[in-house]
Amino acid sequence: MTTNLIDLQHSDVIMATSNMAENHPVGFQWVMKAKERGAKLIHVDPRYTRTSAAADIHVPLRSGTNIAFFGGLMSYAIQKNLYFKDYVVHYTNASFLLDPAFKTPTDLNGLFTGFDGTKKSYDRASWKYQLDGEGNPKRDLSLKDPQTVFQHLKRHYSRYTPEMVEKVCGIPKAKFEEVAKLYCGTSGPDKTGTITYALNLTQHTNGVENIRSLCMLQLLLGNIGRPGGGVTALRGHANVQGATDLELLYHELPGYLAMPLRDAHPDLKTYLEKETPKGGFWTNKPKFMVSLLKAFYDDAATKDNEFGYQWIPKRASADAYSHQHMFVDMYNGIIKGFLADGQNPAVGGPNAKLARAAMQRLDWLVVVDIFLTETAEVWKEPGKDPKEVKTEVFFIPAAPAAEKDGSLTNTMRLIQWHEKAVDPPGDVQTDAQFICTLAHRLQKMYASSKKERDKGFRAANFTYGAKPDHPEMVEVLKEVNGVATEDITDKEGKVLYKKGQPIASFAQLTDDGKTTSGCWIYTGVTVESPDGKLINKAASRKPADGTDYLAHGWGFSWPANRRILYNRASADLHGKPWSEKKKLIWWDPAAPGAKPEDKPGKWVGLDVPDFNAFLAPDAKNGDKPFIMRADLVGGFFGPLNDGPFPEHYEPIESPTKNLLSRQQNNPVAKIWKVPDQKNELAPVGSKDYPYVITTYRLTEHHLSGVMSRYLPMLAELHHSHFAEISHELAKELRIENGEKITVLSPRGKVHVTAMVTNRIKPFIIDGKTVHQIGVPWHWGWKGVDQLPGSKGDITNDLSATVGDPNVYIQETKAFLCNVKKGVV
Amino acid sequence: MARTLAMFTDTSLCIGCRACQVACKQWNELGLEVPEWTGGYQNHAHFTDKTYRLVRFVEAPGAKPNGDLAWLLMSDVCKHCAQAGCLDACPTGAIYRTEFGTVNINQDVCNGCRYCVASCPFGVVSFNEQTGTAKKCTFCNDRIHNGLGPACAKACPTDSIQFGFRDELVAKANKRVETLKGMGFKDAQLYGADSGGFLGGLNAFFLLLAKPATYNLPDNPKLPQRNVVVDSLLSIGSAVLVGLGAMLAFRERGKGGR
Repeated sequence: MTTNLIDLQHSDVIMATSNMAENHPVGFQWVMKAKERGAKLIHVDPRYTRTSAAADIHVPLRSGTNIAFFGGLMSYAIQKNLYFKDYVVHYTNASFLLDPAFKTPTDLNGLFTGFDGTKKSYDRASWKYQLDGEGNPKRDLSLKDPQTVFQHLKRHYSRYTPEMVEKVCGIPKAKFEEVAKLYCGTSGPDKTGTITYALNLTQHTNGVENIRSLCMLQLLLGNIGRPGGGVTALRGHANVQGATDLELLYHELPGYLAMPLRDAHPDLKTYLEKETPKGGFWTNKPKFMVSLLKAFYDDAATKDNEFGYQWIPKRASADAYSHQHMFVDMYNGIIKGFLADGQNPAVGGPNAKLARAAMQRLDWLVVVDIFLTETAEVWKEPGKDPKEVKTEVFFIPAAPAAEKDGSLTNTMRLIQWHEKAVDPPGDVQTDAQFICTLAHRLQKMYASSKKERDKGFRAANFTYGAKPDHPEMVEVLKEVNGVATEDITDKEGKVLYKKGQPIASFAQLTDDGKTTSGCWIYTGVTVESPDGKLINKAASRKPADGTDYLAHGWGFSWPANRRILYNRASADLHGKPWSEKKKLIWWDPAAPGAKPEDKPGKWVGLDVPDFNAFLAPDAKNGDKPFIMRADLVGGFFGPLNDGPFPEHYEPIESPTKNLLSRQQNNPVAKIWKVPDQKNELAPVGSKDYPYVITTYRLTEHHLSGVMSRYLPMLAELHHSHFAEISHELAKELRIENGEKITVLSPRGKVHVTAMVTNRIKPFIIDGKTVHQIGVPWHWGWKGVDQLPGSKGDITNDLSATVGDPNVYIQETKAFLCNVKKGVV
Repeated sequence: MARTLAMFTDTSLCIGCRACQVACKQWNELGLEVPEWTGGYQNHAHFTDKTYRLVRFVEAPGAKPNGDLAWLLMSDVCKHCAQAGCLDACPTGAIYRTEFGTVNINQDVCNGCRYCVASCPFGVVSFNEQTGTAKKCTFCNDRIHNGLGPACAKACPTDSIQFGFRDELVAKANKRVETLKGMGFKDAQLYGADSGGFLGGLNAFFLLLAKPATYNLPDNPKLPQRNVVVDSLLSIGSAVLVGLGAMLAFRERGKGGR
């Protein structure tokens, strides 16, 4: 998320594409504040939800057609000349010239240049800029050259007309134009708008491109880095941001450093050469990587052993270890043991039937959770004879947040500390306790190992504080922050840090082993006071006031407590706010420079500048706000595995052929072949599965239901597991409101209560009626015994094992189903 | 008497998250209830002895300013009426008015006669079979006597439920109606804010976006006691008619006997 939820109150138009009121009700207070001020709220969603109830305009669009919609908006902004020209010319790569060999789907029937049909991947040789003699991209600031990114963009989206949007998305042309006019009106110096998204955009076979398309729209309207603007990414639960930052992911190390690949990154030198770009802030990557290795392996990491680089497991392939890969590999007998820590894939993951069958083939399964979940009891799934399941299952009862100290990093990068309210009961352990205890026991087992590869693990520290198996969480935070491994002095010999002191800023991390940092972006969250006390900034609690609306004294927002990223873009080329109304940071030419002998001038304002605070606007690169990018500008042209511009493709299962090109699906989407008909797919326009289905969450329940289905106060708020269907479909199928129905897909079926509502309407897609239904996915066979409705069938038994080609996220927001009256 | 406290529920800010409903259940330790099918998200259908706050979900086609479907969300609660039917009807004095103007049921004194259940114009008061007493929202009596606002207002993320002094909240509410009318919500109106209006004003009053009947609220709620005079006269009239009829009948019989 580039912005801050508090800042949403300054938006002129908010376009929610997710169900924010329902899934982020606390953050939604700022949307309501904006509305109280007179801001408009547009809600783009296939379903009419609690967010639509609060919205000025609800725009229903068929699930899986987001790029057609955002592309339509971009085209509208360009055709009607509503884009923010100064911003686009100077702060983005719109003016860069592309290689003449590069062609887009407009010319190649839905494909970009370089597609290899047998490998199902792109050769990106032509996806590049034309370079001048010094190796810099050539530019045309008039944006008129046909090879500019801008002209390519214009041509690419010229096919996305309001008529096409109507045909593909099912949004009537008049409604689309009303929304386009309203939202594109947020362009320019005086106005800003923000777009919220969540799993509604990510869970598709073009999930990453979906998000890129909305970011591009925001760049086009000049809405990034400015108050009331930005991209409002809403995370799926309280600490997903933290889990992502610390990288509980298969492809990255903490702080967004690539997880090394076995063949491409054989040693640290090669890794750093390949992974460090030539420009932008990421040129500091070696400092972050070496500090991370020092945090992992402490004194055992030395310059001579590449700081322990060889001890990190390497990926054999970039296409191998995602959630979906994992369950397919389990089913195929490749993975034999599984530790599910705070996760319930028997219910929560895609193709949950496959996930359960996979777990029933394991040798062992360890589940760490706060209740005996469906995953913990997968060996006695209803209808399954436990004797047939060979998996040995262990359950470790875990403490929820209220029973432990720690931090949560919320959707706006805000690290907030929480203190234990009560002790966990009985044998219940905190996660950290479990992990450290496990590590200590494993270290004992490995103590006598002579193997080189085990040295790192043997040397790694898993003790935080005085009691080895009772970690002090502030010490963990301090390790994440980073410390000096020896006394560090400046050029004049003045001591900056004594050994063991926390580092105050990631700008002071080094690549020589003198600093550690468990996650460089968090550096600064703990500091030492002059009298030697550790200050935990995540625990600070000074609310917003008249002088600091962004509440910099509340928690700590990475990086460097910045609340709005890329905020240099809130000022014009010369460092002045684009307008008084939308000022955030600006260049003060009279402010003292970094040192007394330096020229005066500094970036000042209402936020921590996301920029070199002393780099004058007229200095080299002083006018380029996007410092995390190698070329320092926002990217319209941005190569991903599926192309440098987002292009609409139909979901893998779709009721219609692609009306924009001959290319039906994302040509590089990942589709797994699983034995035993465990991942069957419905063909385009299937007669057996004629309806679109989308799956989602409700306010009253949490994720796979582990934190809500067992609590009567929450579980009783919904009568039973249900499907929302339109009056039109109900009439066709003679279904009464409240009646039991069966929803089927090629993978499975569920029995649910029909909720017939005005809030779901059929779409007219290319002249034909297409019905869509919605089914929440919180239910499973466990719950409160006295509340039969707290238990129900598993919605994810319907979804498929297919994924986005960049991150392999599943497509659970748009696939096909059938609906039958009664229990069949 | 202390300055009157009130809760102002601004339904234009309600997002139907039901944090109020859950906070109420939790603070007041109200037990589990098996939900009935109401046709939509709302549970339960009515106030019960275990549900004092209830978020209503009303689909109203065409009710948005632009003519679109509205989904009216309203967190409903005991109105703590200035002229409270339950209080008037209570024969034991169990129902009383606090120094803050709120209406409460003293559980130790309630004898379970249920006159209050019948006398509430809003169907708020419910009977609890286990305790044998009447139950309803206490305005978090324990909290307000300890310097805290009601649990529901505390939990509300969007300030749809506001707690404070009645006069201040009414002034704020009037301003809000004007703003909403300016935004095109032509039916925006306050319900129970006027102390010169029905039931002497409600100490839990509301801002509605549609006519009260849309939310299943009476347009002009009255105390059942107000019907006593008319009903009594009607009863007397009926008695007289019955008496006359009987006399006539006996006369006829007398004649026949003769």
